[in-house]
Amino acid sequence: MAKVPVQFTLNGSEKAEFIDSGTTLLHALRDKIGDTSPKGGCHQGTCGACSVIIDGELRLSCLTLAETCNGAAISTTSGLSEGGVLHPLQRAFLDTFATQCGFCTPGMIMAAKMLLDHTPNPSRDEVVEALSGNICRCTGYEPIIQAVLTAARSNSQNAA
Amino acid sequence: MAIRRGRGVAAINYPTGMNLGGDPTQALVHSTPTGNFMVTLSSVDLGQGMKQIMAQICAETIGVPTDRVVVDTADTDTGPHCMGTFASRGTHRAGNAVIQAAKEARQVMLEVAAEELEVNASDLETDGQGNILVKGAPQKSISIFDVALSAHFKRGRSISGRGMFLIPRSYPEKETGAMKPSTCYAHACTVAEVEVDDETGEVTVLTVKNIFEIGRALNPKMVEQQLVGGSWMGISHALYETTEPYYPNRDHGGTDFNQYLMPGPGDLAQTEIIVLERPSADGPYGAKGPGEMCANPQIPAVANAVFDAVGVRIDTLPITPERILRALKAHAAN
Ligand code: FES
Ligand code: FES
Repeated sequence: MAKVPVQFTLNGSEKAEFIDSGTTLLHALRDKIGDTSPKGGCHQGTCGACSVIIDGELRLSCLTLAETCNGAAISTTSGLSEGGVLHPLQRAFLDTFATQCGFCTPGMIMAAKMLLDHTPNPSRDEVVEALSGNICRCTGYEPIIQAVLTAARSNSQNAA
Repeated sequence: MAIRRGRGVAAINYPTGMNLGGDPTQALVHSTPTGNFMVTLSSVDLGQGMKQIMAQICAETIGVPTDRVVVDTADTDTGPHCMGTFASRGTHRAGNAVIQAAKEARQVMLEVAAEELEVNASDLETDGQGNILVKGAPQKSISIFDVALSAHFKRGRSISGRGMFLIPRSYPEKETGAMKPSTCYAHACTVAEVEVDDETGEVTVLTVKNIFEIGRALNPKMVEQQLVGGSWMGISHALYETTEPYYPNRDHGGTDFNQYLMPGPGDLAQTEIIVLERPSADGPYGAKGPGEMCANPQIPAVANAVFDAVGVRIDTLPITPERILRALKAHAAN
């Protein structure tokens, strides 16, 4: 089968690949480009572990065909830290012990980033709603909810 | 038809590890040329924090900061033998093996330091910051960095140690059947409050209050996170999760996350955790295994709370609305 070219920016840098038509973005990111931060939990849109942000929208990379991402700007958890300084969400997940096996963490963080980008001071209910498409086996969710609220607070303190 | 409230309590006694053909774990510890320490294990970190705990145990035993220890659990083919990370055995079994290996490595380290300082090894102590001092004369000291360099390049010594921890197999006594299935027990108690809708059979867990007795908490924050997650998982087992809802018939078993249900972030019970530390006699620095136990007492506590609420005993898990309604119907018919 003929390969298809795709080109997009990933965390600000240009990427170009030849892929098989029908390749999911998750597969392209992990196995072609080598960004393994999005995780494949179910490959059917039910766990949220593969969440990435495409042109400002939270998307499941396991249900997104890579060839539909031509020209898009994609961000993943691996692009969040700047110059070795963790993103406030990453910091908060560590500080509040909101990660155990870590498999859900990148998806949780992207979902939380999407929320905080639009709602910098969310209520607990808004956090719960934002995370409701993401499954975690280990933490019991409460530490993750607390991490997102903590990151929101530290953002607003920095802004003040 | 009404929403009925109930409260249930359950307490458990939980063995650390298992007793089949004996339960061994081995560990190796060695220093790098710059005085960092490697712990080699086949025990795998599944996210419960095994690597962090083993680094702490090794560091404490050798007398260096935790960040000077690297734990390598890379390969169960080539690493020292471990039965595995299950049965809440990781910290207890591997931790004891790491202590033994680290003690042996520490002894060699002190012997090399003694040669460098021209004193007796038994007169030396570590300061926990990476230095070895002469007891009572701390101005006479050498860094572990320099000791490791000396061992590697000058004295031809390997600062290393072997560790083995084995709980031997226990056979039942012929007459009585008595045996010793475990050497170390953790304990837990949960009180759960539920609401049961006796029209739909739906159960809502309002509060879960857990108290866990886990030996010494080697890393209190990590213990807490495991217990919080475990408490949630216990409720999930009690009310939601199964691959075989009509066991032994496999029909209608969930095959993906659409059908295999778990409570999400919007369904959390108000959860309380209290930790009691009663150091165990044979655990590493007094630890026991809290792992699996943390998801156990919620299950009978919820079952008892359901009984308290609507007067029916559900003895098959999970306690689904269907099971409750069937039991209520049978109850009414009697
Ligand atoms: S892997 Fe995409 S939602 Fe589970
Ligand atoms: S930390 Fe393990 S799945 Fe969330």
